[in-house]
Amino acid sequence: MTSRLFSPLVLILVLAFLIGPFAIIIAASLSAGETLAFPPQGLSLRWVFKVFEIESFRQSFGISLFLAIGGTLMALILGVPASYALSRYKVPGAETIRTIVSSPIIVPGIIVGLALLRYFVVPFNTGILFALFIAHTALILPYAVRVVSASLTNLRSDIEEAAVLLGSSRVGAFFRVVLPNIRGGILAAFILGFVTSFNQVPVSLFLSGPGIRTLPIDMLAYMEITYDPSVAALSALLAFMSLGIVFLAERFLGFSRYV
Amino acid sequence: MSDSRFLSLEKLTLSYGKNVAVPEMDLDIGKGELVALLGPSGCGKTTTMRAIAGLLSPSSGTIRLDGTDITRTPANKRPVGLVFQSYALFPHLNVYENVAFGLRLMGVKGKDLEDRVNQGLKTVGLGKFTTRKPAELSGGQQQRVSLARSMVMEPKVLLLDEPLSNLDARLRLEMRTELQRVQKESGVTMIFVTHDQVEALAMADRIIVMKDGLIEQIGTPEDIYNHPVSDFVADFVGFENVFALENGMLKTGSQYIDLHGNVPPGTKGLAWRPGTITLGTGPHQGLVRGTSFAGGTREYLLDTPLGQIKAECDATLPIHSFGSTVAFDLQVEKAAPLARFGGM
Repeated sequence: MTSRLFSPLVLILVLAFLIGPFAIIIAASLSAGETLAFPPQGLSLRWVFKVFEIESFRQSFGISLFLAIGGTLMALILGVPASYALSRYKVPGAETIRTIVSSPIIVPGIIVGLALLRYFVVPFNTGILFALFIAHTALILPYAVRVVSASLTNLRSDIEEAAVLLGSSRVGAFFRVVLPNIRGGILAAFILGFVTSFNQVPVSLFLSGPGIRTLPIDMLAYMEITYDPSVAALSALLAFMSLGIVFLAERFLGFSRYV
Repeated sequence: MSDSRFLSLEKLTLSYGKNVAVPEMDLDIGKGELVALLGPSGCGKTTTMRAIAGLLSPSSGTIRLDGTDITRTPANKRPVGLVFQSYALFPHLNVYENVAFGLRLMGVKGKDLEDRVNQGLKTVGLGKFTTRKPAELSGGQQQRVSLARSMVMEPKVLLLDEPLSNLDARLRLEMRTELQRVQKESGVTMIFVTHDQVEALAMADRIIVMKDGLIEQIGTPEDIYNHPVSDFVADFVGFENVFALENGMLKTGSQYIDLHGNVPPGTKGLAWRPGTITLGTGPHQGLVRGTSFAGGTREYLLDTPLGQIKAECDATLPIHSFGSTVAFDLQVEKAAPLARFGGM
């Protein structure tokens, strides 16, 4: 009897724990008051509109978008051939390569960020944007390799030989029969990479510099000075954006099959 | 070039790294022939086929097709088609586009393309379904698409890798006659790889039996079935009682048994099908260790001084019960004489 009551209770608690913060942020963002507070003081959409008026948010949103899209594309350009080689050829030390490729997931972002700052940005005096681009590419690469590898494993390799025997070159066979069949995996990797990059904090924290910040870092900076509900409003908007992307991906691609 | 040497392999050596899979193979295949490469897995038959297709480069030797040396011709430039065991259809393309794939690469367009694809699909009996994706087709239909996809390219040689192994028993019979029909109607030279002797015997004009990378015997199905040259081939085509022969006497273990019959000179072994062993009378005795009813016949497993014997007789005859002793005879006239035994 106890377990019958107990398990729904646990479920409700877990869901509350997962969804609760989200609900609070949404509620706080709809506040009509001047400070970030829960429960909200009155209801209004003024802070939601305010978000779009803040110049630095617009700028950092642009940078984040650039990093998310550019970094993910770069990670795919590197990751798709890498996955292909790892799954189709006997690459010496394939396991080691896989481990190294996935290390950015394992190593804490703080360490990656610090290391990049100390041993890449400072000695080579690279631009901030370039450093951020490299960092985001590196962070997305593991997801790209993992997701694309999974869809390559499901694809029989003899279709490439079939294409070759029908007159296609080896490279042609890759573009004609491999790529179209792992399209779903590539799109899934793109979405996963995009969301990962967009929500990235620790690495970006180290690499952000004057005038160039990603959106999450900019939000942190904003909150240190101004304590109004616009940050909550922006958070809610971003959450809805991520949710929307994942929802569309699931709807049209069966996203969860690849992750 | 004569028609009987349409495709020839000359001293072809195929290896994977340091492992030689096929050493110095010589083989001629005639134009329009339907040939089976028969052998157990690992005998080199698939390797040979892949080399003909160009998917594997030989370490040495020559492949000639229709008078041209194609040894170094890349796979995508060879007039050779291959139907894969798994069919290897392109999952993202529908039936029509699968068949059109190679033609499009050749630059065939418009009405011509449409006609050739439809003709190809008609040849294999797949007029409808053109807009379906491979995943929506049955195994038999997938194979027809795969066959059409290769046939529309009008290859000089069509290779098939275990064409019937992924089909159920009923479909297998259907595809057997279907493949024969397509081959005879088109006149294409067809080579198929199989480990199933029934398939090879039923379909092929000529069978090449392979073992450990070497050709064991080449012959018509009748030749192979009735006159196996070695214990290996004999065993493969259903001679279940195979014995070595030394100095005109049957050798089992350390014993020699004189069968009092005349064998052709140079015979190294004798082989009997279960049905050719006389049960009930004869100079030898065996203990019935197993019996099973097989419709028209009854099969017996006997423990004898010669070793285990498999015999078969008319099911209407009285049953020799389990554990009883039964007399039997091995008549030399009913045996297939083997020119080679145990690789000698």
